[in-house]
Amino acid sequence: MNGSPISRVLPYLAISLLALFPVLDSTFYTQLLSKVLIMAIFAMSLDLLVGYTGLVSFGHAAYFGLAGYALALLAAKFEAVSLWWSLPAAMGICVAFAITTGMLVLRTRGIYFIMVTLAFAQMLFFVFHDTKLGGGSDGIYIYTKPTMNIGDTALVNLEKLNEFYWLVLFFTAATYFLLRRILGSSFGRALMGIKVNEHRMRALGFPVFRYQLASFALSGGLAGLAGYLAAVQFGFVNPEILSWHQSGAVLMMVILGGMGTLHGAVIGAFAFVLLQEVLSNQAWFGVAAKHWQLAMGILIMLVALYLPQGLAGLMSKFQRKPVEEAADD
Amino acid sequence: MDLAFFLIQLLNGLQYGLLLFLVASGLTLVFGIMGIINLAHGSFYMVGAYLAWSLAGMTGNLATAILLAIPLTVILGMALERLLFRHLYSRDHLYQVLLTYGLILVFEELRSLIWGDDVHGVAVPALLNASIPLTENLSYPVYRLAISGVCLLLAFALYVLIQKTRLGMMIRAGASNRDMVQSLGIDIKLIYTLVFAMGVALAAFAGMINAPLSSVTPNMGSHVLIICFVVVVIGGIGSVKGAMAASLMIGLAETFGQVLVPEVAGMIVYVLMAMVLVWRPEGLFGRH
Repeated sequence: MNGSPISRVLPYLAISLLALFPVLDSTFYTQLLSKVLIMAIFAMSLDLLVGYTGLVSFGHAAYFGLAGYALALLAAKFEAVSLWWSLPAAMGICVAFAITTGMLVLRTRGIYFIMVTLAFAQMLFFVFHDTKLGGGSDGIYIYTKPTMNIGDTALVNLEKLNEFYWLVLFFTAATYFLLRRILGSSFGRALMGIKVNEHRMRALGFPVFRYQLASFALSGGLAGLAGYLAAVQFGFVNPEILSWHQSGAVLMMVILGGMGTLHGAVIGAFAFVLLQEVLSNQAWFGVAAKHWQLAMGILIMLVALYLPQGLAGLMSKFQRKPVEEAADD
Repeated sequence: MDLAFFLIQLLNGLQYGLLLFLVASGLTLVFGIMGIINLAHGSFYMVGAYLAWSLAGMTGNLATAILLAIPLTVILGMALERLLFRHLYSRDHLYQVLLTYGLILVFEELRSLIWGDDVHGVAVPALLNASIPLTENLSYPVYRLAISGVCLLLAFALYVLIQKTRLGMMIRAGASNRDMVQSLGIDIKLIYTLVFAMGVALAAFAGMINAPLSSVTPNMGSHVLIICFVVVVIGGIGSVKGAMAASLMIGLAETFGQVLVPEVAGMIVYVLMAMVLVWRPEGLFGRH
């Protein structure tokens, strides 16, 4: 990734193009793209776990949903809440929850880990579904968007679609560069070492559990960032946002794009959300659009069977074939 | 809480637990023997319930419907193993999760196309539609007792099959060393197909016999699936004995939880799971 100058410039180019987007186009696509970018943050947070730490979490929607609920519950009903404290608070709650559950789930490995992360996410689903805390199965409306004021002037007005879009793009870029930075550091190298061989890293004296817990907490916090932004965009939260279908969808994005590459998670989020939009488009598919999940399900199965390296893997296969062959020898 | 009421809840809890065991035992066997995580296991439960509902509607009799449906679910299981799951044995769990997640979406949409999205009810068979009076105004339905009896019988049959028969010996051997079993001339692929089909049939059968007690609804499989994951985690992967102990534990905990502390009943099983994880991360009967 850090090799050729092209791949180094590519992220900046993509960000610049995306930043120009609202100038060119209407509200619908700006909204859709905001959604894509939010899912990209969510997918990158999961890629940190799945692709770099070797922990397959199937309950990542828990953190996404928890942050959304945190915003809904922190905001007074008809009064705008300040983003300056509510976003850190929501992310903090997610980090705290990730550390608590992480202490338990990290005692398990493999299949167990998958099942236990799913079970804990499901527990949270029932907390919000069955109790009055979060409005039960109906959820809660967030009537006013959070404010981002410096003094009395608004730095960003979240009520405006374009400004919200740019804010989301800023957070997407920030997440990307932050994770690149972290993964390039000795901490990130250690995580990748743990993924490949946990026992060797332990024998080398690395506190494996603490590294994994730190990765789990960071991942939970970033998923919280995505969940917070999603709640702001849609203006309501309900238990569906922390259902296991959400966890499955984000895992699909990571794999579809290509795990362990970071930009793959972004590509995966684009592909998945746009595919969902296309398949459920009634103008194109008529009655079949109602059953778009059938096509999605078959597609997911095909990716699992035939495209284990995802789209990013497909691209690098065409790009750098000689290098990979050399590496295989 | 008086004695009769307590007895009713106890029987309900045991019956629910035994039903869970039918679903969870197949799940834990497939985990333990083939090393496969199968998210679509709950869909088999749903398919069973819908088959029972539609066939009972056609034949007018639940028993006939179940007899017709069982071979269908066995065939479904064998076909799925041959066509899909077989390709996943050597793959990372990640891809198993993904493939079986895709399979859930396919099952749900097929269910929607074939049977629609409505909620249905199935009548309790006339023969078993009675109840045993306990006190003046409390009684216990015979059908629930019958379900518990059938589940116990099946559990016993499963125990005999795995522990006492030649096929069971091959299954256990296949679980500990696949290559060795194969080089001894045993067709391990066939055994895998059989075990998988058995798991599918058990889950579907649970859905069929439970159809008269709970309504037949879309997405009914996912709740059962996740509770069964909890059962497998508590009992220990691959342990049928553990699945039985954990099923009964969860069945009783959830039933009494709903009566005594209804607000937090949904969470009790997860708290139980967390406690077991702290104490024994490999499950009550799991291998170290």
